[in-house]
Amino acid sequence: MATESFTQADFTGWLAEHKLMGARCQSCGALYAEARPMCPDCFGDDMSWEPLSGQGKLAAYTVVYIPPTAMIEAGYGRDNPYVTGIVALDEGPSISGQIVGVDAKDTGQVAVGMPLQATFVTRGEGDARRTFLAFEPATEA
Amino acid sequence: MTQRKLGRGVAVVGAGMSQFGTFPEKATRDLFVEAFREMRASVDKGLDPRDIEALFIGNYSSDLFEHQGHTAPIMADWVGLTPRPAVRIEDACASSGVALRQGIMAVASGLHDVVLVGGIEKMSNLPTAEVTDTLATAGDVLYEIPAGFTFPGFYGAIASAYMARYGATPEALMRVGIKNHENGALNSKAQFNISIGGIMQARQASAAKKGRPVPQWSDEMAFLQDDVYNPMIAWPLRLFDCSPITDGAAALLLVSEELAGSFSDTPIAIIGAGQASDRALPNRPDLTSLGAARHASQQAYQMAGVTPQDVKIAEVHDCFTVAEIVATEDLGFFEPGQGFVAAEEGLTARNGLRPVNTSGGLKAKGHPVGASGAAQVIEVWKQMRGEAGPRQVDRDVDIALTHNVGGTGQTCVVHIFERR
Repeated sequence: MATESFTQADFTGWLAEHKLMGARCQSCGALYAEARPMCPDCFGDDMSWEPLSGQGKLAAYTVVYIPPTAMIEAGYGRDNPYVTGIVALDEGPSISGQIVGVDAKDTGQVAVGMPLQATFVTRGEGDARRTFLAFEPATEA
Repeated sequence: MTQRKLGRGVAVVGAGMSQFGTFPEKATRDLFVEAFREMRASVDKGLDPRDIEALFIGNYSSDLFEHQGHTAPIMADWVGLTPRPAVRIEDACASSGVALRQGIMAVASGLHDVVLVGGIEKMSNLPTAEVTDTLATAGDVLYEIPAGFTFPGFYGAIASAYMARYGATPEALMRVGIKNHENGALNSKAQFNISIGGIMQARQASAAKKGRPVPQWSDEMAFLQDDVYNPMIAWPLRLFDCSPITDGAAALLLVSEELAGSFSDTPIAIIGAGQASDRALPNRPDLTSLGAARHASQQAYQMAGVTPQDVKIAEVHDCFTVAEIVATEDLGFFEPGQGFVAAEEGLTARNGLRPVNTSGGLKAKGHPVGASGAAQVIEVWKQMRGEAGPRQVDRDVDIALTHNVGGTGQTCVVHIFERR
């Protein structure tokens, strides 16, 4: 049985420490880039946290010109769009994250398949302060 | 997968909808009464509303859109049906497609003989940013929304994966919008009862009236490529790739097949039903197809004993243009990667090889999210009965299909209909 906690609060707690952690099933080996208290692949209850490299490739993306309220408050909008996407991590699972370090108005800078690495973006003040997972173009090896 | 059958046959014997659009003066219940009235009038041999035994109402989020929860009993009251059981069903934009499924199960089980299936949504009270926030709650609020995803953003991402894999262009997506507006121009109930060409003329007239330079475009595609008149919403999706914010309601009358003849000369039997769920986008193996749509349609085809080639027309969930292209592949009308080619070649046009969204679809008819699934059935009902007026297709529609998606495909529900 699981002895560790696997809530989203744990996941975002790792992010606040600038760590991307995944939950791996000790029964079947399935890996999720989410806090999963049970394995949806084999119904196993024995999960464990595992650090993820944050390296991956862009699987799908968009450039958002009409943002939700939270991103409007972060300064984005029609004249300041941002890129967000789904990143296929080298370890297997995929995860959503804002793509930073690119010019959102220059679609030539972003392409499906481009190599990315995780980075961490902190927004808000006081109790609302929160760290978000993001990705940036991978630095040259 | 075991082949499933309904316990007994179920038929649609009445179908009606409100006007779709934005109506500041109307609440959800007012729209539902409009739909109920039209449904009642559509029953060939008349309907005594007292014969209705239960209500199944699809609604995504009256709580957030109107600050009104517990909506179903209010609908029952406003059409005079208390104390009959009334239940609200929520599966995002598939809410009333799923309500239809629940109504079918209630009749097929023998629990009820006559039920009302409804769909309702009143979206226009909120400013656009709050509508965006509300729709985004149909995604995963813990893992997707913090990344800045919006609903157009999700489908923009699907489009990016589709374009990268198959070489489709944004212009192929625009073909879907042009086609659906052509159909919507022939649907007086549509929010956009106007073609893209008509919208271009309106923009020119508006500029002239204001004394501004009158914009010129060589054709509809040039208009849709214009960053000013068709602004980017979520690359590669522009304004005219997106379904609008809509207020509307729909109502369907379902009865057991043995009773159908006492209500209608031309009942529409439900011969196939399927529904499936799926994980959020990042946990799917393929971002160019909706697994739930493939599962749901396979269930429906198996139950109905028909193939995709037997389907004469389909109403599919074109919340965004790319979604229609993916839908036509998931439903087996075209091979993977061929849906955009079919759109470019006009195969899904009203009198093309496989007419899709003759109503104008969610794009032009409007997308009051919780009402869209039930409203799809109204188009099928009209086309199968030869009552679609100026947009009636040029062939006999004996078999038709509806495809209703919730979220980005975490839910899909498919129904297949046959005229008896």
